[in-house]
Amino acid sequence: MGDENFEPKIVVIACHWCTYQAINLAGTSRFKYPPNVRVIRVMCSGRSDPQFVIEAFRNGADGVLVAGCHPGDCHYVNGNMKTMRRTVLLEKMLEQMGIERGRFRREWISAAEAKKWVDVVTEMVEQIRKLGPLVMRSGGGDG
Amino acid sequence: MREVVIDPITRLEGHGKIVIKLDENGNVQKAILQVPELRGFEKFLVGRTAEDAPQITSRICGVCPWAHHMAATKALDDLFKVEPPLAAKMIREFAYNVFMLEDHALHFFVLGGPDFIVGPTAAKEERNLVGIIKKLGADVVKNVIITRKKLRYLEQLIGGKITHPVLGLPGGVAKPLSDEDWKICFDTSKEGIEFAKFAYKALKDIVLSNDQYVELIKSDAYTHKTYYMGLVDDNNNVNFYDGKIRVVDPEGREFAKFDVRNYLDHIAEHVEPWTYVRFTYLKGVGWKGFVDGKESGIYSVAPLARLNASNGMATPMANELYKEFYQVMGGKPIHSTLAFHWARVIEMVYAAERMMELIENPEIRSKDVRNLPKERPDVGIGVVEAPRGTLIHHYETDERGIIKRANLIVATQNNSARMVLSVDKAARSLIKNGKIDDGILNMVEMAFRAYDPCHACATHSLPGSMPLIVRIYDSDDNLIKEIRRD
Amino acid sequence: MPKAKVAFYWCASCGGCEEAQVDLADKLFDLVEAADIVLWPVAMDFKREDVERMPDGSIDVAIINGGIRMSEHEEMVKLLRRKSKLVVAYGSCAHMGGIPALANAYTKESIFKYAYEEAPTVNNPEGRRPEVRASFDGVELELPAFLDYLKPLDEVVEVDYYIPGCPPTPEITWEAISSILSGKLPPKGHVFGSDRALCYECPLNETKPEKISLDTIKRPHQIVLDPNKCYLTQGVLCMGPVTRGGCKALCIKGNMPCTGCFGPVDGVSYQGAKALSFFSSIINIDDENTFRKLVEELGVDPLGWFAKYCLGKGTIYRKKEER
Repeated sequence: MGDENFEPKIVVIACHWCTYQAINLAGTSRFKYPPNVRVIRVMCSGRSDPQFVIEAFRNGADGVLVAGCHPGDCHYVNGNMKTMRRTVLLEKMLEQMGIERGRFRREWISAAEAKKWVDVVTEMVEQIRKLGPLVMRSGGGDG
Repeated sequence: MREVVIDPITRLEGHGKIVIKLDENGNVQKAILQVPELRGFEKFLVGRTAEDAPQITSRICGVCPWAHHMAATKALDDLFKVEPPLAAKMIREFAYNVFMLEDHALHFFVLGGPDFIVGPTAAKEERNLVGIIKKLGADVVKNVIITRKKLRYLEQLIGGKITHPVLGLPGGVAKPLSDEDWKICFDTSKEGIEFAKFAYKALKDIVLSNDQYVELIKSDAYTHKTYYMGLVDDNNNVNFYDGKIRVVDPEGREFAKFDVRNYLDHIAEHVEPWTYVRFTYLKGVGWKGFVDGKESGIYSVAPLARLNASNGMATPMANELYKEFYQVMGGKPIHSTLAFHWARVIEMVYAAERMMELIENPEIRSKDVRNLPKERPDVGIGVVEAPRGTLIHHYETDERGIIKRANLIVATQNNSARMVLSVDKAARSLIKNGKIDDGILNMVEMAFRAYDPCHACATHSLPGSMPLIVRIYDSDDNLIKEIRRD
Repeated sequence: MPKAKVAFYWCASCGGCEEAQVDLADKLFDLVEAADIVLWPVAMDFKREDVERMPDGSIDVAIINGGIRMSEHEEMVKLLRRKSKLVVAYGSCAHMGGIPALANAYTKESIFKYAYEEAPTVNNPEGRRPEVRASFDGVELELPAFLDYLKPLDEVVEVDYYIPGCPPTPEITWEAISSILSGKLPPKGHVFGSDRALCYECPLNETKPEKISLDTIKRPHQIVLDPNKCYLTQGVLCMGPVTRGGCKALCIKGNMPCTGCFGPVDGVSYQGAKALSFFSSIINIDDENTFRKLVEELGVDPLGWFAKYCLGKGTIYRKKEER
């Protein structure tokens, strides 16, 4: 899989009230983070339908990150709790389909955690760079 | 590497494909039956929750979903070590016999039967339901269709759906018989008995009273001396739903009798590169190639094999017919492939009588139909007799009941080696010195239609024949003839 | 007015769809009355050349069931697409891949290896596998190739309409066929059946509360279901809310939950993802560790539970050159 010039494409689905603000803060604070991310803003991480994640992978994403407010901080009371349960099951489902662990992540990143945002995406890009492009040659893994 | 391009004309989907190769003199060097499909059920059962198996595996075959559903359900009882209440077992066995009766009826009246009822040499367009209508009259055929519809309705009452039922759970069934459902089952069972008698009468009047037919049945072209396998009860009588697996040798002597849990000691499978099907054989004898006889591990299943592997039928009328069968055919076991049809009708009578026995028993109306599993699952093996023969489901799970390994011995697989033999022998007997006509086709086809094969477990057809392509090559590999039929 | 020409074809089917068509019973005669059946391999003499000889677009409607599993399925449906004005995907497998599409979670190699080498009964020390070309006693033989994935029909050719179900009910089959033959064509892409979720026609719907909130989940064999109470409220997954209605709730009447064979309602691409989503929403466990523990201990199987029939639609496959 060692493609020298491989640059991962990562789709980020970020909650408007926290993670999206953290990304803004990272920008205004002149923090550097990898240019491999394409950020999609949703009003709540609870809006990030698991269908979006599958769609992203089917359309060329090498990794997908769903990011929202910490438990207890949801602007809509419990939207992120639904996200928590969905992502636990979705992670399992993607693994069953042969998508390697690490290509899909869910993180809680508050509006103040610009540094965490930078660390998470930097780490994710490196991890996926190691994994190589997502190419499903024949079927998934071993279920 | 050059890409292999397969000439699309050579292929028919999901069905048997026969290739016949002639030698310099125009005699048959080899006739081969291929199965061109694989779906991989055993592999994708891995990771599934075990209780889903009865619904997943029924999709192996939409014609015999009840057989897979029931074998899987019984494997679950074994897996979770839970005994279903009596009423649940009775409901299962009742529904299962309903299925056997309607499935056999379909084969006898619509699929394989027309060869005899209309005649093996009748015109192609007559050898189907249309010809049956002419021969037996429209009212009779209507009766067949209506009765079959009523029987299938019972399957819906008990199983939720007719094709791909949902009743099976470890330790029981999803719901008890309600009083009004019981009444419908009881009334239809009475009709079922009449229906089975009627089928036997048709067989007797048309086939057994015709010496030519009986000769044809007995002819060498359709004979193979193999081992026979079937489920038997404590008295060595045929049972579709439960019992021990009994195997008799070509002389009719008991070769083995075992609990399905020990099937791995007795059954193995052989792989060939020219077909997707795996060939089962008896481990105790070994794989000796495609030959019959006592030295070869090839065995046979399905109606004739079940009758050969048992001492009789557990119900009175069917048992009388059983005795008559062996009397007319001259002793046990019977090796004539075409006798499968006769055996099938005897089984219809048994299924109808058994339905009546079960539905008349007040115990079947008990509302106690579930025992919840409490034990830790590990290995579960279940068996039933599908219309097309012994069917084994084997699951191994972790302690949560997630399937780690699955093995399925599908009914038609058990006959697949003998079917290869049958096709080869029929072709050799019928094609001489390069003389080939379309009549050969039906004769060859009869050899393997008698098994009612279910390749990809799905080769049933409406007017009574399975799509088939026969290609004949001369000794230089030139295609000299291709015969196709529906 | 010439009769309409109808073609039936099957790919990786189990025969259940054919049974459903045969269960049309007396309606079958109406069909023969209204149309000429030009191809039906289960039922009539079938020659591929006959189809090839037909002018393009001369078949009015081709009704195809089964998923695309073998190389010949792909060739055949492409041919039928060319020859037909309308193509209808019939049954779960053609519609969404069906249960055999669960194989897409495994590599082709692992499927073959298991089936021909590892299965406990197999005795194959030479490691033989079925080959596209092989010989037997000096006779050269060919087999169709097993494709990398099982695909639903519309991932291989353009599909005009869908008839859902595993198998479809005779009623829906007839509704679809008669509306197509009478020229009352629904908009392209229409899926027959109800346009609302199964819950609307479920006899247990009146017992479903406004808001379901579950403390725990159960597997169907761990509980004796109360036949008069919405199964979801009893803690068992029922796919009703994310499944198209139209089947008359047959499984529910069999006292078992819906498993989703009719596919999603309009507007949902991936029924499996949607099901996972809704099921997560009605569980009220907010502590992640507690939830993870429940999922693990119970042995939740997301693919098998949520995507039993639809993995063909949600399979992630990408060819290298597309990058």
